Amino acid sequence: MSSRLGRIYRIAGPLVVAEGLESPRMYEVVYVGGEGLIGEIIAIRGEKVYIQVYEETTGLTVGERVEATGRLLSAELGPGLIGTIYDGLQRPEIEIGKLTGDIFIKRGVRVNSLDRSRKWVFNRSSGVKIGEKVSEGDVLGSIQETPILEHKVMVPPGVKGVIEWIADSGEYTVEETVAVISTGEAKIEVKLHQVWPVRVPRPYREKLTPSEPLITGKRVIDLVFPIAKGGKAAIPGGFGTGKTVLLQSLTRWGHADVAIFVGCGERGNEMADALKSFRELFDVRRGRPMMERSVFIANTSNMPVAARETSVLLGATIGEYFRDMGYNVLLVADSTSRWAEAMREISGRMEEMPGEEGFPAYLASRLADFYERAGRVTALGDPQRTGSLTIFGSVSPPGGDFSEPVTRNTLRYIQALYALDYDLATRRHFPAISWLMSYSLYVDFVKEYLNEVSGGKWYEYRNLFLKILQREAELLDIVRLVGPETLPEEDKLLLEVAKMIKEGFLQQSEYDLNDAYSSLEKGFLIMEAILEFYNTSLKLVRSGVPVFKIRELKSPYLIYRFKLYPLDEARNLYNMFRETFKKEVEELMGGTHGE
Amino acid sequence: MENRLYTRITRQVYSARGSLVFVKSIPGISYGELVELDVDGEVRLGQVVDVSQDVTIIQIFGSSLGITPGKTAIRVRGERLSIPVSVDMLGRVFNGLAQPLDGGPPVVPEEYADIHGEPLNPALREPPSEFIETGVSVIDAMFTLVRGQKLPIFSGSGLPHNKIAMQIVRQARVRGKEESFAVVFGAVGVTFEEAMYFLDELRKMGAIDRTAAFLAPAASPTVEKLALPRTALTVAEYLAWKQGMHVLVILTDMTNYCESLREISAAREEVPGRRGYPGYMYTDLATMYERAGRVQGRRGSVTIMPILTMPDDDITHPIPDLTGYITEGQIVLSRDLWRKGVYPPVDVFLSLSRMMKEGIGPGKTREDHSAVFGQIYRAYAEGQRLREIIAIVGTESLTDRDRKYLEFTDAFETKFINQSEYERRSIERTLDLAWELLSILPEEELAIREELIKKYHPKYRS
Repeated sequence: MSSRLGRIYRIAGPLVVAEGLESPRMYEVVYVGGEGLIGEIIAIRGEKVYIQVYEETTGLTVGERVEATGRLLSAELGPGLIGTIYDGLQRPEIEIGKLTGDIFIKRGVRVNSLDRSRKWVFNRSSGVKIGEKVSEGDVLGSIQETPILEHKVMVPPGVKGVIEWIADSGEYTVEETVAVISTGEAKIEVKLHQVWPVRVPRPYREKLTPSEPLITGKRVIDLVFPIAKGGKAAIPGGFGTGKTVLLQSLTRWGHADVAIFVGCGERGNEMADALKSFRELFDVRRGRPMMERSVFIANTSNMPVAARETSVLLGATIGEYFRDMGYNVLLVADSTSRWAEAMREISGRMEEMPGEEGFPAYLASRLADFYERAGRVTALGDPQRTGSLTIFGSVSPPGGDFSEPVTRNTLRYIQALYALDYDLATRRHFPAISWLMSYSLYVDFVKEYLNEVSGGKWYEYRNLFLKILQREAELLDIVRLVGPETLPEEDKLLLEVAKMIKEGFLQQSEYDLNDAYSSLEKGFLIMEAILEFYNTSLKLVRSGVPVFKIRELKSPYLIYRFKLYPLDEARNLYNMFRETFKKEVEELMGGTHGE
Repeated sequence: MENRLYTRITRQVYSARGSLVFVKSIPGISYGELVELDVDGEVRLGQVVDVSQDVTIIQIFGSSLGITPGKTAIRVRGERLSIPVSVDMLGRVFNGLAQPLDGGPPVVPEEYADIHGEPLNPALREPPSEFIETGVSVIDAMFTLVRGQKLPIFSGSGLPHNKIAMQIVRQARVRGKEESFAVVFGAVGVTFEEAMYFLDELRKMGAIDRTAAFLAPAASPTVEKLALPRTALTVAEYLAWKQGMHVLVILTDMTNYCESLREISAAREEVPGRRGYPGYMYTDLATMYERAGRVQGRRGSVTIMPILTMPDDDITHPIPDLTGYITEGQIVLSRDLWRKGVYPPVDVFLSLSRMMKEGIGPGKTREDHSAVFGQIYRAYAEGQRLREIIAIVGTESLTDRDRKYLEFTDAFETKFINQSEYERRSIERTLDLAWELLSILPEEELAIREELIKKYHPKYRS
């Protein structure tokens, strides 16, 4: 569509109203003013067109030109995404710095999302030949984008036809054509990159029920409130509850083929810290720098607010693209509240009827649209591929109050909740995921998988853990009133075990490399040891041994140290625990019998 | 050209409300631009905050007293709100728009800078990691400040936040380095007495020559109060990024700033967020505090220490709440400790420095820092727990161990947290002091690596 011109009628912060635009389309990209600031049409009221501008609008003047492009706001998808740090409009930030020679983000800068000069080694798929019929999603070839990621070159969605020409294996830039497909009516050139509108979910063949857990390396998630591949989860928490540390950790250690971190309206220094750690840290499973499987979108809190929405949607689009290649993708969005606030600001400037606390009435549907992009799917095309996009969204409730609109509406669309608790954080219990408030509706879906890797015991153990913790919460209420001494001995023991679960199992240090990532095996080992201690001690208590005697035993303290060692050493410790515990119990029984 | 000049004046004021004036749009007027209002011969400045073909909304720096439709002339200046910046601003006192208050000559600008600044490119930031020794034990040991961090003090009315801020200005240094540093001090809506206190202190400590001070006392125009922190930060950025200085910015009292923001928002009839504060307050504060940082390959840094008083000592109030979401931690003052006579009355459990782990350890502070921090924190928490139990069941059931923890907790408050306003403790002194207190506890309860215990525990030293 050719470009059409209009003029600015009004400017109010990130909102610009234009008039005189011929047949405007909703969500069409427009260039505003002489500098060509990027904006998007978000409402059309009669002659007036409302534009959300993604860059600072200061200095714009009434009457300046507005150019409608006919395009939707789109992402460039192709090799070169991995390892890049983008802003909310998919401009690579390091390139912006090089281009402007400045440490600040200037407005109106146009930079290509994917490097136009870099050559990629394209390996044509063996089965793909001239004259062959292909349709959307078919893999034509691949590119080793990083040592741990093979980038698949796919027929773009909506394209179906006969291969008229296909490039030989060799070096190509993202703009070069690698195949020509004749659809009968037209000839489509397939390049090394595709363009896809960020507001539109990418198509797939079929959505599947989740069945496998996405291992995060966090025991409280993996073994208590598991998340499935293709799942959607929210992490609400007040400030200082360790939200960002947890989210970065998930991005770092999660068993994902591709991890996407969207820093949306958050701190620049933390982003810098995360970038540094991703360059320096190695993926435990593949022994390569984590940057080789990660994409960053950094739209910090001081960058234009309207771009917060695009940064979240851009993340989802890139995630779906890798999902379509058959990968398990993890998307972390920190924080969805800042995006919601941006919606509130724009809505207020448009003088829309406000909903709760000034948020627009469509807040809920926008959140739903975002979280619904998660899922495990069979991708379009051949060869058949299953991929998933798992979404973790953080929520920053004002005052840590979960009854506010963003948290409440988010809860309607997610399947797993990891509620961060302020009290746990002040007690330095990290991750501060509250076991009383959190839940996962994926437990039943992934039960079979986790039982299988744990000798059939996981489900039972998990429920027992939760029961103990629930009972502890009730007992602590009593203790607060009358002190611990009046409790029956069995309850005193339960408090000891609950402490063991909290300190030896649930707590995990982000700064101890042995503990930051915990394998399922190691987590399960700790579960096993704690319950072994509990069951044996319960027998002792029932046969009249007072709890303070059990507290004096040395071997149970070994359990607290399992987490600090790699798996094989933890196994040795476990064996040492069993041996010495058995001995100590025998001595104790002998002792009491002798009295 | 003449014609254009002519059209850039209007006298058509439609209405005036608070500090907002609604006028007929002047052709060519742009969003965010500065205008001059001629009120009975007196020139006041204003800024365009909303412009459409017909109506322009102007926010005035100053009062709307005397504005008369048909009489007041509004002239477009064709520029944004920018201020002159120069190293010569050090040693001077200015108002919120960088106009001298000290009777000195106007600043000869090295350049002009827009007070709104621009966002630092996140990909070019350097993660902050240089330890700033403040000489205040509880801060250095437990809530370490690093260069490029933004760490606020959450206080309450009547608490000694100003003294703490001045102590930090007086004592803060990065060890082993002789680098040019500067202090930028901004006071928003403070009383005359407070403003004088700060200036006197700065003079007394001889730091006034390294300080650029900006004052907008309580009676200043609302819009000047809104401009002040940005003016101060613009000067700070100039000194850091253009002059390679390490700049510590103290902003007080940011609660007054937020009140001004609410006032303007209400005048503009915006949809209010929580407790009447505008929904964009997070973003507004973030665009200021995010100006802190370090940049790859550049000398200089901007470290920001905002001070705010929590209304009713309520940390969930929107002002401290939103601030806490933006800043890299917070130092929270406790009224209870202050009543007990502890200075600085820092609430250890509510305070936090998110940049701490980057700034401590061997080569930066000392190898035992992290372990000592963890241990004193846990021991103090255990002591607090025991205090609560005593409150319920009395002291009778206490064990020997419990009594030691209580002894530690008292000593921790009176000897470790507590220190004189003029006492500078080196980080070594601070950590040694922590070890002295830890030696009260049973040694087997210390979860510290053995070699560190052997090296630093008073029992093995001497």
